[in-house]
Formats: sequence, C-alpha cells, structure tokens
Amino acid sequence: MTIVKTTYNRRSFLKSSLAAGGGLMIGFSWIASACSVDTPKGIVIPDEWFEINAYLKIGENGVVTIFSPNPEIGQNVKTSMPMIVAEELDVDWKNVLVEQAALDTSKYTRQLAGGSDSIRTTWSALRMAGASARTMLRGAAAKEWNVPVEEVTTEAGFLKHTPSRKKAGYGEFASAAAEIPVPEKVELKEPNNFTIIGNSKKNVDGLKIVTGKPLFGLDYKVDGMLYAMIIHPPAFGMKLKSYDPNEVKNMPGIKDVFTLKTYNDDYERQWSDAISFNEMVAIVGNSTYEVWNAKLMLNVEWEPFKEQKYMSAGWGGNANEVNVPAGLESTEGHIAKMKAAAAKPGRIERRDGNPEEAFRKAAKVLERTYTAPFLAHNPMEPQNFFADVKEDSAVVVGPTQTPEPMQKSVADRLGLPLDKVKVEMTRMGGGFGRRLYGHFMVEAAVISQKMKAPVKLVYTREDDMTFGIYRPMYHAVYRAAFDKDKKLTAFHVKMGGVPENALHANRFPAGALDNYLAESWAIDSNISVGAMRAPGSNFNAAAEQSFLDEVAEEMGVDPIQFRLDLLKRAQENPVGERNDYDAARYAGVLELVREKSGWDTDSAGKNRGVAAYFCHNSYTAQVVDLVLENGEPKVEKVFNANDCGIVINPDAAINMTEGSVVDGIGTAMFGELTFNQGEPQQNNFDGYRMIRHAEAPKKIETYFVENDIHPTGMGEPPYPPVMAALANALYKATGTRYYHQPFVKNSFGS
Amino acid sequence: MAVFNLNINKKQYQVDVDPSTPMLWVLRDHLNLVGTKYGCGIAQCGACTIHLNGKAVRSCITFVDSIGDKEITTIEGLSENGEHPVQQAWLGHDVAQCGYCQPGQIMTAAAFLSENPHPSDEEIETAMNGNICRCGTYTRIKAAVKTASNS
Repeated sequence: MTIVKTTYNRRSFLKSSLAAGGGLMIGFSWIASACSVDTPKGIVIPDEWFEINAYLKIGENGVVTIFSPNPEIGQNVKTSMPMIVAEELDVDWKNVLVEQAALDTSKYTRQLAGGSDSIRTTWSALRMAGASARTMLRGAAAKEWNVPVEEVTTEAGFLKHTPSRKKAGYGEFASAAAEIPVPEKVELKEPNNFTIIGNSKKNVDGLKIVTGKPLFGLDYKVDGMLYAMIIHPPAFGMKLKSYDPNEVKNMPGIKDVFTLKTYNDDYERQWSDAISFNEMVAIVGNSTYEVWNAKLMLNVEWEPFKEQKYMSAGWGGNANEVNVPAGLESTEGHIAKMKAAAAKPGRIERRDGNPEEAFRKAAKVLERTYTAPFLAHNPMEPQNFFADVKEDSAVVVGPTQTPEPMQKSVADRLGLPLDKVKVEMTRMGGGFGRRLYGHFMVEAAVISQKMKAPVKLVYTREDDMTFGIYRPMYHAVYRAAFDKDKKLTAFHVKMGGVPENALHANRFPAGALDNYLAESWAIDSNISVGAMRAPGSNFNAAAEQSFLDEVAEEMGVDPIQFRLDLLKRAQENPVGERNDYDAARYAGVLELVREKSGWDTDSAGKNRGVAAYFCHNSYTAQVVDLVLENGEPKVEKVFNANDCGIVINPDAAINMTEGSVVDGIGTAMFGELTFNQGEPQQNNFDGYRMIRHAEAPKKIETYFVENDIHPTGMGEPPYPPVMAALANALYKATGTRYYHQPFVKNSFGS
Repeated sequence: MAVFNLNINKKQYQVDVDPSTPMLWVLRDHLNLVGTKYGCGIAQCGACTIHLNGKAVRSCITFVDSIGDKEITTIEGLSENGEHPVQQAWLGHDVAQCGYCQPGQIMTAAAFLSENPHPSDEEIETAMNGNICRCGTYTRIKAAVKTASNS
C-alpha cells in the first residue's frame, strides 16, 4: 500500500455538517416530472445521510452517494470520477448513487471541463476523498469494537475484524465515522488491487438518457420562468445601429424587447469571457415559439464598426489590450492573405542545428502546403442558460464547461458579491470547447435582472452556429531536406492562421532531428476564435502526420518504422533542451497499433494509413483501412492504440476514442465554415455538413497500453491524428494526396 | 390561439396555443415533455423525432394543428421505465456520450424496427442517416439497433 498525507485541499475533507438529513438533496427546483430521482433497481434510499466529506455521504443502510465535482459534457466523468472515490472507499459499486455537485470553490479544485484534464487533475483528490472516508470508518469500528485500528479491514462496503470475527456494513458506522477527525495520513490501494477502476461501469445517467428525463440545460424549468432569445449582428465587423420594438412588443406572449450589453466597457475580461458581439437585442416572452416569432419579425439595422479595443486576459495570463479590427471579411480574402503571409519569413519559435545550411546543401527538398478552414463547434444542444436574479443574490443553472471563472463574470456584471451567485451545472449536450466561453450565462443573468423574473435564454441553432468563437483557419508549409542517399537531413515547418496559428514547436519530430526550424505567423481578424477539441493539435497532427507519410515514402521506408527510428533518436540522444513528449510512450502506441492492425502481416491489398500524435498528456496511434465504393471513400476499419496511463473506465474510454475517430473523419472530410462580407455562409445543418451514420467507420477497435502511470484524459487525444491516418489511407486508395480540408470539397465533388 | 386536444403517450392533453406551433415546442414548453430535443428546427438532425401513429416524424416541422386525433408517442411514452427493446439495447451497449441526441435516435430506431424487424447493416445506416450524433456514437448505435432487432 501507499501512505500519503491528506494535504490535497484539506478543506474538502472537513465536515460541513454532521448529517445532511433524510432523503436525497435536490439542488434545484425542477419541474414536477424531474423531481423524482430515479434510483437504480435494488437501491433503497436511506432515511438518514451522514456527510463524511465534500465528495461523499453514507446512509444508515450502507448506500453511498458520491458527488461528481466536474461538469459532465459527454466525456463520462460523472461515472469515472465517482469510480475513483468508490475504489478507495472500498464500496460495492452497486450501492453507489452519483449526484452532480454544484460549483463550490471552497470544497473542490478545478471544476472545469477542458484540456482532457478532469481525471488527471483530480485523481489524487478523488482517491484521498475515498481513502480518508475509509480510514474514518475503520477508526469508528475500532473504537466501538475496542480493537486496534490496524486490524480493522474493509471489503466492498463492510468493516471486518477477523480475529474477533466482527463484521458490519459501512452504514452502521457512518454516523460515528462522521465524528472521527480527518486523518493526517491515509493508505491508498496499489493499482493491482483495484476492483472498480479498470472494470467498465455503465454511464450513471444511462437510464435517464434513454427514457428522456430532464437532464440538460435546455430541459431545466421553474414555475413562472420566461424565455429569452437574442438577435446578434449578422456579420462579423457589424454592430447594432437601431431597431424598432413597437411592432413586436404587442405580439402574443411577448413581454419585452430591449438592448442587451453583455460586458460593460470598462470591464477587464477573463479568457472565458470571449464574445463576438457584445451588444445585441433581447426578446423576452412566455414561450420559445412566441419569442422566436417575434425575433423573426423584428426590424434591426446594423452598421460596420470601427476598430474596437478592450482589456482581456489570456488563459492564465495578465490582461492585455485586445484590438478587434474593422472590416467585413471573406474566405477568399483570408486565403489570399494566408498565401501572402506564408511567403514571408515567420517568427522563429525553435531552431536546432543549422537548418538553412542543410536545405542549401540538400540533394532534394520536399515542400507541401496544408490548409484547414474555420470550424463551428456545433454541440447538439444549442447554447442556453437559466438565470434567476434577485436584489441581493442570483442562481444560474445550465450547461457550462467553466463554472468557476463565469461565476466571477456573472457576479461582476450583476454587481453582486461572488458568494451570492450560485452556479449549478446540468448535463451538457456536448460542448467540444464551445462552452468554455460562457457569455450566455452573463446574458441570461442580465436579462433576468431586468425582467425581475427567472429567465431561460435560448440560442437557436442559427444563433449558435453564427455567433463565432470558432476553430481558427490554418495554413502550414512543411519542408524536408534529403541528402543524395535519401537520408532526412532537415525539417522545417512554417505555420500560420487567422487569427492565430496552431504551432507546437517543441513536439515531435522536434528533438529527433539535428536540423529543425519552426516558424509561426498570424493574421488579424475580427472573427472570434476559441478552443475546439484538441485546439491547435487538431490541425497540427493532420498536417504533420500527412507530411511525415510523404517523407517516409520519399525515403522508401515503412511509415511506422520511420517514426520509430526518429523516436529512438529522440529517446537515446535528444536534440534540444525542451521536447514536450515522452518518446518511449509515443513509440509504445505505434508498436501497439502495428501489432493489433497486423501492419506487417496483413496490409497487402489494403488501403491503409497510419498516424500518431501526442497531445493533452495522452498518446494515440491509429491505422485507417478504407475502400472506394463508386469513387466514394468508405472507412472499413480504424485501429486505435492509446496510452493514457491507468484507464479508469475502459468501455467509456473506448467510447470516447470511437467518438473522436468519427468526429475526426467528419472534420477532415466535411467540416467547413466560410464567410462572405463577414457573414457566416452556413447557419444550420442543411449547409454545414456533419458526418452521418453511413459515413462512419464500419468497425473501430481500441487498445490501451497497460501501465500504472497517473491517468490522463481521453476526450481529445484520439481526435487529431485520425485525420492524417485518413488522408494517408486515401492516398493509398486514390494515388492523390489530400492537403486541404475539407477533403470532400477538394476531391470528391459531392 | 386555439385549443387542441392531443393524444400523447395514451393520455389526453389540452393546450391553448398558436395553431402554427411545432409539436416540439408544444411538448417541451407547454406539456413539460422535454425528452424530445431541439437540435436544428429544420428537420436536419432528428433530435426531435416522435411517433405519429407509429411512424417517425420530426416534431420541429410537425405543427399542432395537423395532429387531429392521431396518436403521438414521445420518448417518455415508448415504455414505462426503459423496458423497450431498443432502450434496453442502448443501455446494453452503453451508447450515449453526451446523450442529447439519443432520444431522437431511439425513436427513429424503434419506428424503423417495427416496420423492418430484421434489417441489414445498409438498411440500418439508411434508416438512421437523418439523425446526427455530434459525439460520434454511430458504431454503437448500429450495434444497438442490431441487438434490438434480434430481441
């Protein structure tokens, strides 16, 4: 066993109350149909709960409720985080109920869904929560049985003292355990003794999902709630000029029409306050449909804005002045500007050896250009939020990836102390990064404050898709130098974008090459961007891993062996001071996918492509097999090999990997948002092509490198490389290289 | 505004709404049956799929004044507590990620299987192609439909 000090945010282990009282706590007032808490068959709700710490409470009958602190966005942390607590508590998973915790910065650390970091950053705290509760239960039993605590053991929810043959359920000692002081040190299980972690558990919300229970922000309701919608400028570079509320104010069910300013001019924005249109028109009424009708009828005039400035902080950084340029931008203009910028020297981000000389002396230089368009996140549940703002307090409820920073934004905008703003998280209908930017929470709060009533703000799909905060548009030129023996002598990447680039200068193949140069550039734009699933990496991997395939082909070597040879160099004799990857683990996933796909034995006659990438602390290698049917590509099979350390919930990790594969293929084949005079040219799923059932791979196999390394996330890492594996397989099938996303537009004509 | 008597999940409901209101919003805003989801509003994503006399329709473009005495089934009425074979198959394969589109997927699959109880893979793909899953659970959905078709 491992003994650790309970230093991890000790406040979360302090008892806030002895007993939480009978029945499950319901955090908010759902409508009647939502009030019934569905309990899994066989679980009897206890009469009394004893709160052991912020993460769990135990009923007198031994049933345990575990609070899942982080927002659930579909990455399944609402199941996997409680699994970690339950493992160290040593309780039977069948007796565990799970509840979503509300935002509470005094009890929990990093209640955020982003960066594939929920598990990595809470692993220690979750283990300690379970282990300290188990220690307190043992202490309570030792006291009652009058035996040394060291002799009290646990097994699946029971306390045992073998010498005296005493045995009791956790429930019998829950009350006494709540009185035991929080231990200074606790024992943690060794991974080979895990019985819950590493054994697949079903989604704790599974039954509610398939029976249509109210789970999502859009489903949340209270009595007397009004509905609100916004009208935002139709184009980037435009602002509100005027509007005429009179015609719609008398429409049925309409309560009010007014101008809404999300952030005040002098407000210093946080990174999560990113917004495209700060001044809009709000319409409030009795029902979604009535408000929507008024929205369609309202006459609004817009005008181009001049350059705008405001203060904003970056991710974890200090506030800087941000300039938003004027102008109505178009995709054609972006492409022309990117070509011009790529022809000029960029900003040098990393330089090893003497790449310029190596390129001068090269017997051959391979140069390829890759591009990718703006993308919208398009979560299935459009942006929405509930707010109920009173004179001296506010409650906001809904789907957010960033409850903690947005609580500050809401409090600041309403002029309320931070502790008077309660933030509750609903299950999210996807997010993919879009819900890191919670302007809609502030908008809902401002509208509720004005209406003096509870309000649900609802974005239409069109609002959601045209409001901005997109994945940036990207451009990269890769160059490789070869000597007369076709040996790779230098590598050069110059990467740019609108309005930011995707370069990760210290990632593979940096560190594996004597002569390496990485440059970057960016073009100003008033089109707002933000993190989308594996930000930066999602283009980086697609471009770099396609280029490496072509380099290997030029050298006449197998693409997996080529990468392994580079990684061997990076492992044994790395170039440079800083290389942001573990070469051995990187090679490990490549070796695993080579074995599982039968790369060396079963590739004959197949159109196969391979790619690998490291991002967000996890490693993935993928092999894509595809065929052409009537000239259209059909992905037959995708093999995945992941290394994310200890796998908490294997089937859920497999599900995340499958989703990333489908999403990545969809992005590379179809995803694109274009602009004309600042106006997004796609505003719903009729224009914006999403991958559908018939385009998904027929089969997906997923494998994990087995180790005992501190677990990392799976929400993002398998998404970026599959785009390159697809491009490389398409080359095998068609003889054409695919450099420009979306592939379907440039190649297959449909 | 007009009064409509609706037969939903074998119960009678009365609503007083604009006759052009899509059933999606009647269900969600007026009857608190929020299992039927809003995804696109233009019949492109399938999140709002309900059954009208047993056939799958998009409730976002099915207007309340077109219902008459037809029987509506929503995800809440597909079974008492998730016992329908399609729901059971969804649980068995642990299909959902975010879960938002899944009621619509299940309603499409249930109506499809009642007409074609033993479909081929291609028939499943075609039948389900109108339902978008942004999380990309398509391979699990297909497996679940196959499981349900065999039960």
